[in-house]
Amino acid sequence: MRKKAVAGLAAALFLTASWGASKAARKDAAKAATFSKPLSPDQRIEQALNRLTFGPRPGDAQAVKAMGLKKWIDAQLHPSGIPENLALEAKLKSLDTLQMTSDEIVMDYPPPQVAQRMVSGQLPLPEDPERQVEIRKIAERAGKAQAQGQPPARQLAPADIFTPAQIRALRQGTAEQRMEVFNGLPSEKQDQVIESMPAVRQVLYDAAPPALRRRIDVAGGPAQIPVRDLMEAKMLRAVMSNRQLEEVLTDFWFNHFNIYLDKGADRFLITEYEREAIRPHVLGKFRDLLEATAKSPAMLFYLDNWESVGPAPGPLRAKSNQPRRGLNENYGRELLELHTLGVDGGYTQKDVTEVARCFTGWTILQPQLGGSFIFNARAHDNGEKTVLGVKISAGGGQTDGEKALDIVARHPATAHHISWELAQRFVADDPPPSLVNRMARTFLKTDGDLRAVMQTMLNSKEFWSTDAYRTKVKSPLELVASAVRAEDGQVDYALGLVNQVAQLGEPLYRKQEPTGYSNAGKDWLNTAGLVGRMNFGTQLADNRIAGVKAGSALPGTALGAPDFQKH
Amino acid sequence: MTNRRIFLRNSALAMFGAGTAPLWLERALYASDAPSPRKKILVAIFQRGAADGLNIVVPHGEKAYYDLRPTLSVPRPSSAADKRDDAAIDLDGFFGLHPSLAPLKPLFDQGHLAIVDAAGSPDPTRSHFDAQDYMESGTPGLKATASGWMNRALPAPDGKPSPVRAVALGAVLPRSLAGPEPAVAVQTLAGFQVRDAKAAREFEQMYEAARDPVLSGMGRETFEAVAMLQTIQKQPWAPAGGASYPAGRFGDSLKQIAQLIKADVGMEVAFADIGGWDHHVNEMGQRASEGQLAVLLREYGQALAAFWRDMGDRMADVALVTMSEFGRTARENGNRGTDHGHANCMFAMGGAIRGGKVYGRWPGLQPEQLYESRDLALTTDFRDALGELVARHLGNPTLASVFPGYTPAFPGLLA
Repeated sequence: MRKKAVAGLAAALFLTASWGASKAARKDAAKAATFSKPLSPDQRIEQALNRLTFGPRPGDAQAVKAMGLKKWIDAQLHPSGIPENLALEAKLKSLDTLQMTSDEIVMDYPPPQVAQRMVSGQLPLPEDPERQVEIRKIAERAGKAQAQGQPPARQLAPADIFTPAQIRALRQGTAEQRMEVFNGLPSEKQDQVIESMPAVRQVLYDAAPPALRRRIDVAGGPAQIPVRDLMEAKMLRAVMSNRQLEEVLTDFWFNHFNIYLDKGADRFLITEYEREAIRPHVLGKFRDLLEATAKSPAMLFYLDNWESVGPAPGPLRAKSNQPRRGLNENYGRELLELHTLGVDGGYTQKDVTEVARCFTGWTILQPQLGGSFIFNARAHDNGEKTVLGVKISAGGGQTDGEKALDIVARHPATAHHISWELAQRFVADDPPPSLVNRMARTFLKTDGDLRAVMQTMLNSKEFWSTDAYRTKVKSPLELVASAVRAEDGQVDYALGLVNQVAQLGEPLYRKQEPTGYSNAGKDWLNTAGLVGRMNFGTQLADNRIAGVKAGSALPGTALGAPDFQKH
Repeated sequence: MTNRRIFLRNSALAMFGAGTAPLWLERALYASDAPSPRKKILVAIFQRGAADGLNIVVPHGEKAYYDLRPTLSVPRPSSAADKRDDAAIDLDGFFGLHPSLAPLKPLFDQGHLAIVDAAGSPDPTRSHFDAQDYMESGTPGLKATASGWMNRALPAPDGKPSPVRAVALGAVLPRSLAGPEPAVAVQTLAGFQVRDAKAAREFEQMYEAARDPVLSGMGRETFEAVAMLQTIQKQPWAPAGGASYPAGRFGDSLKQIAQLIKADVGMEVAFADIGGWDHHVNEMGQRASEGQLAVLLREYGQALAAFWRDMGDRMADVALVTMSEFGRTARENGNRGTDHGHANCMFAMGGAIRGGKVYGRWPGLQPEQLYESRDLALTTDFRDALGELVARHLGNPTLASVFPGYTPAFPGLLA
């Protein structure tokens, strides 16, 4: 009854909206997309490079043609068989947190509170003596800050160390001249500059070799290092990796299972999360991907499940003046709405509560120290549950959550929701239902094999149709990465590009809401974005973005042009 | 008349090209058809993440509130020196403001700030995404609505509308402003320009010639807005009346909205948002004046108060209204936080607002009075408040197209 009325209203509103739109847009809407007119062979290659990579580099189209499009796609669907770019691997190697476990990150690059506990002997200090010195300094600084209520003013003026001629060289000189000034200092003066002169640090950063850059980063606060490394790696991989589809999919799936970097402990939990829970599964089974995220400390922390507790009696009450903890629905709700069934997936508030009960006791051992997943039986609600009409018997313990994952991972609504999202990212903002349905059937038939779902999409006429060709507006990340690739730009360090992506509205790892960023290109098109994109294009081509040297493949106006905003 | 308008438009456009159009000329250009001296302006604030209305406008006269929140309530108003700063600030003997909102109390007392309580969207969803979408489209329960309520709220233009009649502060255009009427998103006024002048001219031609009608339309809107804002970027500007905006994006947004209003560039609706209200865990510190909600509300209250102060007399033309997608559970959860709920509170402030009063019927917090046995029930549809501001402040009587399928019942916010 209500549905009918709603549909009628929708039609009325649609009419209102089209009346208001410009003549051209109306005409455009009139010829509905059919996704049936095929592309030419050259267009097919361009389509593949536009959608399955972060944009073509000069020469990519010829290379794909020489290899054969089918073979190239097959290779991208099996990324471990593609030799990785050695220059990229060398760069990633210098970002040491990328391969660390979360607890190693906390210990090696501790936030101030952890550093203080290390110094006071509550936690072990790292073995490296240099690290120990740094950690003592962090703890000391944090102690002073607490005592005074503000960070101590330990800044030196450039004139304390440098001559006027040297200051001029630092300000206006070439990279070599700046480094010459710095290298000419005795080592204790170098330390002073790095620790206490933020302005000079900035000037040196651009000129510094990687090792010095690392020291400068650490001086800015060691807890920032894992954050820097994550963003640096994401941008470097987008621009340089030979396994482009894997990078696009890692971006897609991280965004699907979004986590916000600035929520407390997540700052040092995300590195391991992306590496262990997301990346290995992007072409694997959805059920595995789902469980990896469900058990990851990063997700347990982000959506508060680690604190969700069933209605057990007494012993949980640590102190009598502390309130008894209880159920937290946050993860249960987003699991159904965002991760699996989708908001129209036919679940109720009751299902949300029941799912949340299943996951009580799924928690983290010492999250502030980068801890790991643990099931706490005392915190678990061991009663019977019913999830989407399926009964989960009492007494299941940790398996309650696993059964809930089984139910939602294999649900037809999930197959449809995931297929729709993939098709929206790869094919069209309003993906053709016929394609989504075929992808969903593959999902159900193969028990959620994500490679098979991608293959169904890549074997469809819809993906290779004119209605899907150059019709999606690039996201800021896609725009920035594709511009550097189109320019055949050389990235020394990616921080400058990362900042550009943030300014264009997509700060990496910093989408606060669990929805993640929109996969619809049209959501990125607005006046602020357009101004930003034009400025980015000219800046990149003029070599005014720190850390990047553009080739001369395209002028800046080509990168800010209307055609380049789409792919 | 027509001739004069065409002359003005042509010469202004010629001068935009050279970047030298004086402000008076633009004002003359966009105001030449307008019979009224100054347009009314509506500012909408969205608190994203579902703010905990029960701890913002505290029902301290309701015993059940304290029963439902044994560790997460704002204490009853107190005049004792050691308790005052952590207690609700009494408004009317039943409701009180969270202590962090002290800067707003004088506005309430002077009758410029009104509160609508137990207000929000009637749709039962507890999804942030859906609820924001419904509130911003202005059509709860209806996903197919293409445009946002604020875009439809723009009155029919008399003459050529200003390219910046609808402005959102931020990197992306919010759903509320999406739609057929041109609306611009601006991150910062100072940064809203193509810095390379030669490239700017090329870009303008390229977008003009773009085959894609959406991109060419967006390009045109962008360049018109850039030209419009160019002149105010060059003028030195500081908040008036000693107004001090808090550091951060929200304070910056309101500061720039004030700047746009005072520059008389033809802005009629403005939008800003502030996130971070989704307090499932540790909403409050040891005391009501500490912790996540208290810190966020301090920024929020200071920004609104600074806007008021900065605007001074110009507030006569302005109505500002706040909303959040839904409220939070009446009962605290197991982690000293609250989960997704239903009804919330809205603020309205402005020169013509009949403030100093909490509007809306209080539904109570007894178990049988709660919505779905868990949340504050809804007694005022958010469209009632917005509808009144659209019709009686902006002067757009076509509410049937602003809020299709709904007939707002005005709460009486305007004199």
